[in-house]
Amino acid sequence: MSMPFYVAPEQLMKDKADYARKGIARGRSLAALVCEEGILICAENPSNTLHKVAEIYDRIGFAGVGRFNEFDQLRIAGIRHADLKGFSYSREDVEARSLANAYAQMLGQIFTHEMKPLEVEILVAEVGESRHDDQLYHLLYDGTVVDEKRYVALGGDADSLAERIEAGWSDELTVVAALQLAVGALAGPDRTLTGDDLEVAVLERNGARRCFRRLTDPEVDAILAGAPAPAPDNED
Amino acid sequence: MLPMFSASDDPGPSFAALVSRAGLQPPVPQSTPGHNLEITHGTTVVAVRYADGVVMAGDRRATSGNLISHRDMEKVYPADRHSGVAIAGAAGPAMEMVRLFQLQLEHYEKVEGQALSLEGKANQLSMMVRGHLPMAMQGLVVVPLFAGFDLRRGQGRLFQYDVTGGRYEETNYAATGSGSLFAATVIKLGYRPNLSADDAVDLVLSALYQAADEDSATGGPDPIRGIYPIVATISSAGFDRRSDESIAARFDALLQRMSTERGGSAQTAGLSTGPTTSTGANGAQS
Repeated sequence: MSMPFYVAPEQLMKDKADYARKGIARGRSLAALVCEEGILICAENPSNTLHKVAEIYDRIGFAGVGRFNEFDQLRIAGIRHADLKGFSYSREDVEARSLANAYAQMLGQIFTHEMKPLEVEILVAEVGESRHDDQLYHLLYDGTVVDEKRYVALGGDADSLAERIEAGWSDELTVVAALQLAVGALAGPDRTLTGDDLEVAVLERNGARRCFRRLTDPEVDAILAGAPAPAPDNED
Repeated sequence: MLPMFSASDDPGPSFAALVSRAGLQPPVPQSTPGHNLEITHGTTVVAVRYADGVVMAGDRRATSGNLISHRDMEKVYPADRHSGVAIAGAAGPAMEMVRLFQLQLEHYEKVEGQALSLEGKANQLSMMVRGHLPMAMQGLVVVPLFAGFDLRRGQGRLFQYDVTGGRYEETNYAATGSGSLFAATVIKLGYRPNLSADDAVDLVLSALYQAADEDSATGGPDPIRGIYPIVATISSAGFDRRSDESIAARFDALLQRMSTERGGSAQTAGLSTGPTTSTGANGAQS
């Protein structure tokens, strides 16, 4: 009978983390910024149908980078978690914090116990009454939760993306300025991105029940060209 | 805990299936409710097609046997942005069905990233009513109306159901509940194709008034408490519940006209409706 080779736990975890990070780095990045009108989520995504940014509940949004099928499964699990909770308790009891913890538990469980870790990083965002009440949770492949206050950068290029956002940051960003900043930061110095390359959504701080709204490509292009804010009552 | 399922056991975009997986479905009673157990019932709701969509309305009374249990019950609800659902029958299960139906539509839209077609929504409700059949056999009957604006066809559509989940699309109007016979007759006499929204609202108010006049389980307007029927229009602009003030004003005008038509005498018998429907109603009276 053959004995398996001994592998030190440190090495095992490092290998898994490297594997996950490599997978995530292959995809494109995204950014979420707190602004006056709500929370702007902007992802680089050339597909118009396979979404990286999605609605979870009334005030909660989701975004993922990395392997599409993996974060899409997490997205659906999040919608189920939120809808079941709202059904058995009340709509007010559904919170981003508890959802982020549930995600963290699951990601951590898979990272330590499964052969292959999930190659994803996800964002759970909840828009509040004012920008101080906004919540941004950045979850890593191993279940680490990072609670951010102003902006989040996700993906392989996150560090330089965060640097570029920080350079242009102001506490009084409007949604228009936030989108221009996010797109500039995603593009970097050598590229320009248009509405077609982007997926943009806003969790609007306007008192409506469902706050999540996608911006269409023409709306995004108009903002990038310097037009005023889009009409807020654009229902699909 | 996050609800995760294996690929073969996945409930898909169905919230009802998810609820039953989570064990949150209520048990079916094993015997009929005893005579001492009075079930609260909601009564009359109507829907009428007009030029830009559908008007839905319902009275506010809920009864337990011969007692009035609620004076301000709501029986007309938005199902999603472009559709509404109105309920008659056992109030508790009916309201639960509406809540589940609303969640079902929203859940589908979020999971699939696209809203169901109007036909799909009507079929979903049909399945829920059919699933409720064992409860209906125990005396807890729920009969909804469903109406919405079909964005693909660009028109308002309305659906009636029976206890078994049978789904019947009606072209012009539908009514259900204890006072539905009277309400439907008034609408039948006053209905014309392409009514304006205001005329359609007047017609349903008149229908509910006459139903309340004949059926003790249907509530009429209650100016003292400020309780009026719930009326909503559903058009391409979405589900829009009319304000109580505007309904109160329309009711005032309606009652004014009715008493004028009777020459101020309360002795005149027979049906009477607003001016928009006066030809039909007067024809029936004479």
